Amino acid sequence: MPAGPYPALAVAGFRRWSAYRLATWTSATANVVFGLLKAAVVSATVGAAGGSVAGYDAAEATTFAWLSQALIAPVNLFARDDMAQRVRSGDVAVDLARPVDPQLAAWAGDLGRAAYQFLPRGVPPLLVGALVSGLVLPAAPAPYLLGAVSLVMAVSLSFACQWLVNLLAFRWLDVRGPLALYTVVSLVLTGLAVPVWWFPGWLRELALVTPFPSMLQAPVDVLTGRAAGTAALEVLGVQALWLAGALLAGHVGFRAGARRLVVQGG
Amino acid sequence: MAEGAARGRNPYLALVGSRVRSQLAYRSSFAVSVLGDVGFGLAELATVYVVFAHVQALGGLTAWQAGLVFAVANLGFAVADLLTGHVDHLPQFLRTGELDAFLLRPAPVLAQLLTCDVSLRRVGRAGLALAVLLVVLPRAGVDWTVGRALLLASAPLTGAAVFAALFVLAGALQFWLVEGREVVNSFTYGGGFAAQFPASAYGSGLRVLFTYVVPAAATAYLPVLAVLGEPGPAWTPAWLGWCGPLFAAASWAVALLVWRAGLRRYTGAGS
Repeated sequence: MPAGPYPALAVAGFRRWSAYRLATWTSATANVVFGLLKAAVVSATVGAAGGSVAGYDAAEATTFAWLSQALIAPVNLFARDDMAQRVRSGDVAVDLARPVDPQLAAWAGDLGRAAYQFLPRGVPPLLVGALVSGLVLPAAPAPYLLGAVSLVMAVSLSFACQWLVNLLAFRWLDVRGPLALYTVVSLVLTGLAVPVWWFPGWLRELALVTPFPSMLQAPVDVLTGRAAGTAALEVLGVQALWLAGALLAGHVGFRAGARRLVVQGG
Repeated sequence: MAEGAARGRNPYLALVGSRVRSQLAYRSSFAVSVLGDVGFGLAELATVYVVFAHVQALGGLTAWQAGLVFAVANLGFAVADLLTGHVDHLPQFLRTGELDAFLLRPAPVLAQLLTCDVSLRRVGRAGLALAVLLVVLPRAGVDWTVGRALLLASAPLTGAAVFAALFVLAGALQFWLVEGREVVNSFTYGGGFAAQFPASAYGSGLRVLFTYVVPAAATAYLPVLAVLGEPGPAWTPAWLGWCGPLFAAASWAVALLVWRAGLRRYTGAGS
């Protein structure tokens, strides 16, 4: 399939979100406040544990807290029901009539959104983090390059998984319940509050058989150089597998849903 | 709702009763949203659980004592959110001009806004907090006196009053911000988040901020310290735990002043 309209849709996604600049900057205050609190909690935990928890010292733990706050908005952890609403309202019929694949179009739009939110939602927490507790970041360029790839895959995977939950709208119309459940699980298992590597054995094993760590823990690990060299490539490989699987399932699921879809009204 | 039912009894109860009935009308949908609310509480609890998998004590409190802080904070926050959490929908009323209708009625606008909705699904988080409270209470090592028992029983109530004031203040600030829901949420929901950990784990700057500016620590951490008979960290002595009603009164005074100023500033959406 040619790239065709998709880059343009990504640009449109960027521009759609950049229309509300003030709202974006003010939203960053929440990331900063939660960053301050989470950094304090993890750093106190490391202090109380005698200087190291699961390989994180205090500075690395606070860096994790700030980076994860910086990435919440681009990765879009608070799931939205855009597609489900289009199924509910029947607007999805318009999507089906367009000469683009609805899933790829929505993915492109979401990448555009993430590209816009990356700076205004990401920079304030990182800046405050650097001022308040300092950030431990690698000096070499490789982690940033691999981290950028990892971040794009994390954003895409988050999109692809939310798309899957939204597909339930073809069956139930209202997906708020499943979406809330998805958000709850993702808030814990992505490693938003505390690194996945801090989880007690059973919870860590549970997390690692889900795609959630690939959405936040993975890009943070690669960006901070915690996963470097072959380990970083391994992280990227796991992300790529989850992404391919989720996109494929979403593609098949959407086609199956669209086949039995009945749009009501005129 | 039939007017006849409203007549002869408290109109507030009639109004809230109608909201409660409407939210209970779709049983399975309501059950799912309550479960979702329990889930969000569990996600918060997971952080406490993970942290205490690595440490014996955080900020000088054991896991059970920190669990007590978590339970009291969440109980107060959930009750406030249940009763007043919808006040942060004020921007919607401002944009659509619905607030104009409130201004025409012979009752205080704030009272109408507070009573126009209730988020019944918050019983989920309140229930979770209560369950945590029952589990940790016998294990927290409290040397019980009548005063301490009364303090612990009243802490969720004063906590709810403080958080309710924060919600009203957050709503009032919308008269100026209109699109600033996320800014004020950093102090309502951020306050709720801050309250559920021992504030001694924060640096003194953050602790002072979340005690004297946004009195989150006053809702759970300080009362729990007082109940435990612990001295408390610098700048926030444990005897402040007995001052919950003062924190609540001060919060409401600020919230009501800002609300009044905001309402005076309101000029309508031209509807």
